[in-house]
Amino acid sequence: MNIVVVFKMVPDLVEELSIDKGGKNLDRSWLRLIINEFDDHAIEQAILLKEQIGAHVTVVSYDIDGVDDVLFTAAAKEADRLIKLPGDFKGGVNNHTLARCIKKTIKELQPDLILTGVQGNDDLDGSLGPLLAENLGLPYVGYVSGVQFSENNAIVKKEFPGGLIANMSVNLPAVLGIQASESPPRYVAVSKVRQAMKTASIEEGEPVELEPSSGPNIVRMYQPEVAQRATMIEGDEEEIAIKLIEIFQELGVL
Amino acid sequence: MAMSAVSQSRKITEQFYTSLFGVEDGERIKACLQCATCSGICPFGYIMDYPPGKIISTIRADIFDDVLNTDSIWFCVSCYACTEVCPAKIPLTTGLMTRTKEEMLLAGNIPSELQDALMNSQRYGNPLGESPRKRAEWADGLSPEITIMGKENRPVDVLWFVGDYPSYHSRAQLSTKSFFKILHILNIDFGILGREENSDGDSQRLAGERGLFEILAEKNGQAFSKYEFNKIITTDPHAYNAIKNEYPNLGIEYPVQHYTEFLVEKLEILKPFLVNEIQSRVAYHDPCYLGRANGIYDAPRQLLESIPGLELIEMSHNRTTSLCCGGGGGGMWLDGFQWEKAHVRMSEWRVREAVSAGADILAVSCPYEAPRFEDAAKMVQGASRLVVKDISELLIEAIEN
Repeated sequence: MNIVVVFKMVPDLVEELSIDKGGKNLDRSWLRLIINEFDDHAIEQAILLKEQIGAHVTVVSYDIDGVDDVLFTAAAKEADRLIKLPGDFKGGVNNHTLARCIKKTIKELQPDLILTGVQGNDDLDGSLGPLLAENLGLPYVGYVSGVQFSENNAIVKKEFPGGLIANMSVNLPAVLGIQASESPPRYVAVSKVRQAMKTASIEEGEPVELEPSSGPNIVRMYQPEVAQRATMIEGDEEEIAIKLIEIFQELGVL
Repeated sequence: MAMSAVSQSRKITEQFYTSLFGVEDGERIKACLQCATCSGICPFGYIMDYPPGKIISTIRADIFDDVLNTDSIWFCVSCYACTEVCPAKIPLTTGLMTRTKEEMLLAGNIPSELQDALMNSQRYGNPLGESPRKRAEWADGLSPEITIMGKENRPVDVLWFVGDYPSYHSRAQLSTKSFFKILHILNIDFGILGREENSDGDSQRLAGERGLFEILAEKNGQAFSKYEFNKIITTDPHAYNAIKNEYPNLGIEYPVQHYTEFLVEKLEILKPFLVNEIQSRVAYHDPCYLGRANGIYDAPRQLLESIPGLELIEMSHNRTTSLCCGGGGGGMWLDGFQWEKAHVRMSEWRVREAVSAGADILAVSCPYEAPRFEDAAKMVQGASRLVVKDISELLIEAIEN
């Protein structure tokens, strides 16, 4: 069983985000990056599968601040291979381009299963999973919170709104968008990560040429505008109804 | 003496015994009499499957794996109560208990709330998960403006290591600001590191994350080395303990004082400012890392006694027998875990003692304590009128109109 996990580094919301002078992108000079939380769960799910059935786990990302630490942390969790795609990602990535560029590297790994987080906080053009599946011509199931294997299929636990959960069979190879791993991402001691830095190595994947035009065309990026305060109407039902009618008439909707 | 040098057991790392014996006086563990005084004095000993003495017996029987298979060790709040009473003078807190936590951490057996604090410390340099850029935000708008070393780049007499909770926790900040005022009243030439300051890392170390402690210490060491100052002061006994006793092992050597020591030296200058009477019965809580770990019992009491009108009383556990607030050794980040398993809070025990001693005010000198005891006072019957104040806050009350 060959598992590939693709992760992204996304803006860390511990710092307040600001928009750059151009008004179309985040101000990236102060931006702190963090592994996308759902991708962290995807790595954990792959490690859990490795522990259960002895899968071979490859973790893939692209060259950006902080990515080495995350890759070595994955190695400390017993991931087998670490791959980083070279390129200039400082301005951020769009998922359409990323999915297209990462396709070749993933294909060469001949995975049975590709895991990625179901979404990321900087997904402006849809989430990465379905785009990867489309590029690779593979089936996709998102909002997955559990994976088991049976012969050539995976049985995945998929979450629906309203608390519904379905067990779905999906043919392999397949792409899964992980909502939550079966147990929370584990903590690895710093000493183990430092050890991994000495023993593990990060391989270079296919160089990536970002095509800004293939992403979303951003007209304006801005902070949420403060909405007007809500007015609480007090009184009994009759009084509230009368006041509501007054307000509607004032606004010209009645 | 059946204590094999290298265990046959699968789970224990090869370094375990080396590091267990490697701490100062570590070999004394071989002299354990199995008298169980440690287990008896341990505030959570009654709830642990493996209190300190019993852990030693598992090591001797080569069944230490049994300890690693329980979560017993996460009740240890590194309060030094066991170390204080051990007749064989075994360094139980720094040696046995901390090493056992390190093994648990390496085996990945840690409660998730502790995991969050460690991850936050790694990412942001503070266990609270706050923005490192906002470390000095507590000082915004203070008058006169505080000296941040990286900005003013001038030598100062005293470098104030502010610490995590004093910087970020809204309750602890009240004490931080009081101490700031006292420094100005005494005309002290001081500065802070601001964003360049990281967590002292001591509680992370005592929670078993030594590697993380070393990274944090190195970052602080680098920041210290950039500036000129004569000594470091801090209001946080955990930071004090780290800088005094642990940083020198990493080659980071600076003279350091807890603020109570620092102020006692200046008591004659301070006294004329203490004009307002505080007509209250005040019980002082000895923090583990000022008291038992570092033997400072008198300085805080001297400061309190210099406040006019104030009557200093003692709780039944005081000085070397002081009862931990429950926040040490990672306990600050294990409240949920400990409550779930034990259904008691150490901080409530302490507040009960303060009430039965007849205290109006519970005085503290560690940033962990005000929030912990204030929360506890809300839960303890008869404690609703107990006021929790840091010594620096009481001093300011005595000074300001």
